[in-house]
Amino acid sequence: MEKQYFQKEIETMPVEDIKKLQSEKLVKQVKHVYENVEYYRNLMDQKGVKPEDINGIEDLHKLPFLKKSDLRDAYPYGLLGKPLNECVRIHSTSGTTGKRVIAFYTQNDINLWDDCCARAVVAAGGSKDDVCQVAYGYGLFTGGFGLNGGSQKVGCLTLPMSSGNTERQIQFMMDLNATILCCTPSYAAYVGETLKEQGYTPDQIPLKAGIFGAEAWTEEMRQNIQNTLGIKAYDIYGLTETSGPGVAFECEEQTGMHINEDHFLAEIIDPDTGEVLPEGEKGELVFTALDKEAFPLLRYRTRDICVLTRKKCSCGRTHIKMSKPMGRSDDMMIIRGVNVFPSQIETVLLQEGYQPNYQIIVDRKNNTDTFDVNVEMNPEQFTDTVGGITALEKSLANAMKTMLGINPTIHLVPPKSIARSEGKAVRVVDKRKLI
Amino acid sequence: MSLKQLTVFVENKQGTLVAITDTLAKHDVNIRALSIADTQDFGILRLIVTDYDKAEKILMDEGFLVKSTLVVGVKIGDAPGKLSTALDILDRAGINMEYLYAFMSRTEKHAYVVIRVADNALAEKALEDAGFHLISDADVCKL
Repeated sequence: MEKQYFQKEIETMPVEDIKKLQSEKLVKQVKHVYENVEYYRNLMDQKGVKPEDINGIEDLHKLPFLKKSDLRDAYPYGLLGKPLNECVRIHSTSGTTGKRVIAFYTQNDINLWDDCCARAVVAAGGSKDDVCQVAYGYGLFTGGFGLNGGSQKVGCLTLPMSSGNTERQIQFMMDLNATILCCTPSYAAYVGETLKEQGYTPDQIPLKAGIFGAEAWTEEMRQNIQNTLGIKAYDIYGLTETSGPGVAFECEEQTGMHINEDHFLAEIIDPDTGEVLPEGEKGELVFTALDKEAFPLLRYRTRDICVLTRKKCSCGRTHIKMSKPMGRSDDMMIIRGVNVFPSQIETVLLQEGYQPNYQIIVDRKNNTDTFDVNVEMNPEQFTDTVGGITALEKSLANAMKTMLGINPTIHLVPPKSIARSEGKAVRVVDKRKLI
Repeated sequence: MSLKQLTVFVENKQGTLVAITDTLAKHDVNIRALSIADTQDFGILRLIVTDYDKAEKILMDEGFLVKSTLVVGVKIGDAPGKLSTALDILDRAGINMEYLYAFMSRTEKHAYVVIRVADNALAEKALEDAGFHLISDADVCKL
């Protein structure tokens, strides 16, 4: 069978031509950003770099990095590259603290984002004959709208299910013969388990492929999902800061994700020194958006640790491949698809009158992340009834849910009972084996 | 007249309970009565001891989370129906109980009930009016 691509000419472009295209786009984009984004212009001026110094991708290293803290400092409009009246949409990362990021999109930005997701859908075997069930959340989260756009662009009949309500998901899947499922891998596993419990065998399930992302998952989990649902499971990568899912996607080879290099220029750096590392070395992934108009981030540090390789791929795509993220260079955790920073937990504890002595325990049970927080209670809060203590736990869990967007299970423990090593507590215990 | 109950937080960890009773034993504190409320995560140990002040101090010194709770101690006859009579009085007075536990005397043919209510004075008055004898911390030492 002939190999299918959404944009064949771009996706199979010779590497030299990709690099040439990237160089041309970079020069233009740096000029656009320097002229329109005062925040980044200041960073460039501080570093003594002018747009004229950037003549191609070989000069990329001269540009300053953008970090998540820059996005916070520039919140909400400081990194806008277009007048607000040319923007047509926003998306936002989860979390309601200062860690929130709002990304803006022009219509053109959305069109290109849809293209990226469409490439992922076609790489997963999608065509206009498919029924694509999008069970990522729709809303501020980029997952739902991103895959929805890609699926529609390919011409799939798109089911905008959004997340949750498994019974309804299954009913639509079976009644409308959904062939592609897009959601988080843990939800795919959950849907698979539920179908199995209901007595469905893989050959009775109409799905043939799944596009799963927004959280870390293992090869073992992939095998599991593939077996229960009788599908091929493809990974997809992206982050709100760079548009959303579709920055990179897996092809039939399932050995890493092709980065859409015509839109995103990727680098791997040493997270400590900022030095650019050669291809094949493990380090922090940095993206430069080459076409984005409204939110044109240059050299944005993702904090994801991974490896890039440009080995020839049997699918025919020439774009560089990134490995699954192998960890983070900061303390961010992704729990049930939601970004959580320990500092957010600390903020809530202080707000609610607790000492910031806590320990976060993350695990994965039945394919779902568990999120427990042990908190040292104040002696004066201790009461002689169980109801008194569980009421405190519930109220603290609610406060955290408001801040983080997900519900932790709170366990109050005695003062000074959380282990401290060398005066510094171990704040996070992540028992999930994701790599 | 209220009785002092020593309330101790018990972490759901192997050995916590024995560490508490061990501490009391080492300091010659005798336990007259106890009850434990337990959940999956933690327990709340409630103790009536022969020397409250000493027990509180040594447990705090060992780093346990303790709290003093005033409860009602009432003496009842050791015969069927006696507890019922006492509880009926509280019920009629519209007093809700959080929890209760009981113990026997070694010397007298009597039982003692420890009752936790929101308003001790109200409960004590209702019981005394009905002819019940209340017990104090001093009484506990002698039992």
